[in-house]
Amino acid sequence: MLRLYGTEIASRLMLGTAQYPSPAALAQAFRRSGAGIATVSVRREAGGEKAGAAFWDLVRDLGVAVLPNTAGCHSVREAVTTARMARELFDTPWIKLEVIGHADTLQPDPFGLVEAARILIEDGFEVFPYTTEDVVLADRLLSAGCEVLMPWGAPIGTGLGLTNIYGLRTLRAQFPDVPMVVDAGLGLPSQAAMAMEMGYDAVLLNTAVAKAGDPAAMADGFARAVEAGRLAFESEPMEPRDMAAPSTPVIGRAFLE
Amino acid sequence: MTRAKVIGAGVAGLCVATELVARGCEVTVFDPSPRPGPHACSWWAGGMLAPFCEGESAEEPVIRLGQEAADWWERQGARVDRRGTVVVTLGRDRRELYRFARRTEGHEPLDADGLAALEPELEGRFDRALHFSGEAHLDPRDALRHLRERLEMAGVAFVAEAGDTDGLTFDCRGLAARDALPDLRGVKGEMALLHQPEIRLERPVRLLHPRYPLYVVPRADGRFMIGATQIESDDRRRRVRSVLELLSAAYALHPAFGEAELVEIGADARPAFPDNLPRLVRRGETIYVNGLFRHGFLLAPALARMAVGVALDGSKPEFWHEDNG
Repeated sequence: MLRLYGTEIASRLMLGTAQYPSPAALAQAFRRSGAGIATVSVRREAGGEKAGAAFWDLVRDLGVAVLPNTAGCHSVREAVTTARMARELFDTPWIKLEVIGHADTLQPDPFGLVEAARILIEDGFEVFPYTTEDVVLADRLLSAGCEVLMPWGAPIGTGLGLTNIYGLRTLRAQFPDVPMVVDAGLGLPSQAAMAMEMGYDAVLLNTAVAKAGDPAAMADGFARAVEAGRLAFESEPMEPRDMAAPSTPVIGRAFLE
Repeated sequence: MTRAKVIGAGVAGLCVATELVARGCEVTVFDPSPRPGPHACSWWAGGMLAPFCEGESAEEPVIRLGQEAADWWERQGARVDRRGTVVVTLGRDRRELYRFARRTEGHEPLDADGLAALEPELEGRFDRALHFSGEAHLDPRDALRHLRERLEMAGVAFVAEAGDTDGLTFDCRGLAARDALPDLRGVKGEMALLHQPEIRLERPVRLLHPRYPLYVVPRADGRFMIGATQIESDDRRRRVRSVLELLSAAYALHPAFGEAELVEIGADARPAFPDNLPRLVRRGETIYVNGLFRHGFLLAPALARMAVGVALDGSKPEFWHEDNG
């Protein structure tokens, strides 16, 4: 089973909680997909002591582990403050750390990310950094004390899938024992299946489900793809080869169609 | 003559009172304010009667029931502009327009010339658009004032202090009814009112954007309502970031908005149930009409008709919740 910072998680699918047509549609997507973790953005919904309480109660009522995030934070200080607020709100040491470095592509700021991770880990947080497929950056994050990595598939909300397959393969191969979650950029279940086939431990997505015409059905599709990809990874897939080899012998058959 | 009380003089309360008067009831409306104003979240509404566009994210009943709205408001003598809605995207977001077209009905595509014919101000700025010709808009503040005046002329008493709640009562307090309806939550919306007489738009324009969707609703005398954020919070403070986003999007739609006068910035929390659909809840002799979310002017007429039907005819319409608890 998937273990993240010592907690066992039954599903390898994680879903974000933003942009659904309604909280009821959000709950339905979670139920149908069996997703194991819900990420929730606290920065935008916060705006004060209890202002977002109704929505946070809805997220807690999903009955899955909550992974608060620092979405929309563009500086170390902002991310650290938001993480501390999230810890109070959800009573969890977990934080998905986003430090955005580029407004248009929402690309992580690698320098700020490492710095914020270091501060938060010292403060007792269990950090899930939203990072790129860069192996040097991954190494720095692990040195800072991160025990899970969340490399992007593609920029947030684009639905482009795995845009740097080589990079993601390399990252996976470099750190075979670190739990890694492909986070962001997935648009279709086949892309999630591919990430799982490559040996990633889980996938996290939001827009692909929330903005689908039928979010619950799409969430279900992703859940099945994640399961399919994981099964494929665990079952030692065949190597591709150039020579055709029939799966049933043709010699000696009574009839040839 | 049936006597009825209505608590709350926002769009829901005024529509219910109007339907009650039409059915010959003697009506008293309780509201702390002597006139429609910023204490009701309908004061901050866009006033778009756009059931088809709303269908992009709203469920089927909103589209169906919302189609009653323009006729209803016109029947009450409110000024309704029936010129449709135009939906545009900036060049690189073109796929948003395809998605929007796929998800909605009641539209026809426009090319650059078609758009220029409808909205000359947007000529050359967008090479394609959608036109929802069956939609309409109104000025929500005028409409609220108009309904209230008509009710007063019809002999409806408006009382500041809510008295006893014996007898048939319609509770239309919006988010304030959270004490009785714990499922209700606030969804914050922020808007701005701009004055720019150099821009002339005939109809609401929606700008699709993956991050900062915007609508601009023309009002009288060169004024434009731009909105609106949608944030899971009942915070009512106006945030810099939200205003930056709204104004930037307006500027992207038409650079002359950069020179507009900033008349007003508003924020309020829309009352919503978890499915973002409205509810009629009966508890004893009280009927709650609530959860109109971002569809106050669009759905209040249908909800009012249904709520009054429950009370006077014993019908059990959509969104009906009997509550004995």
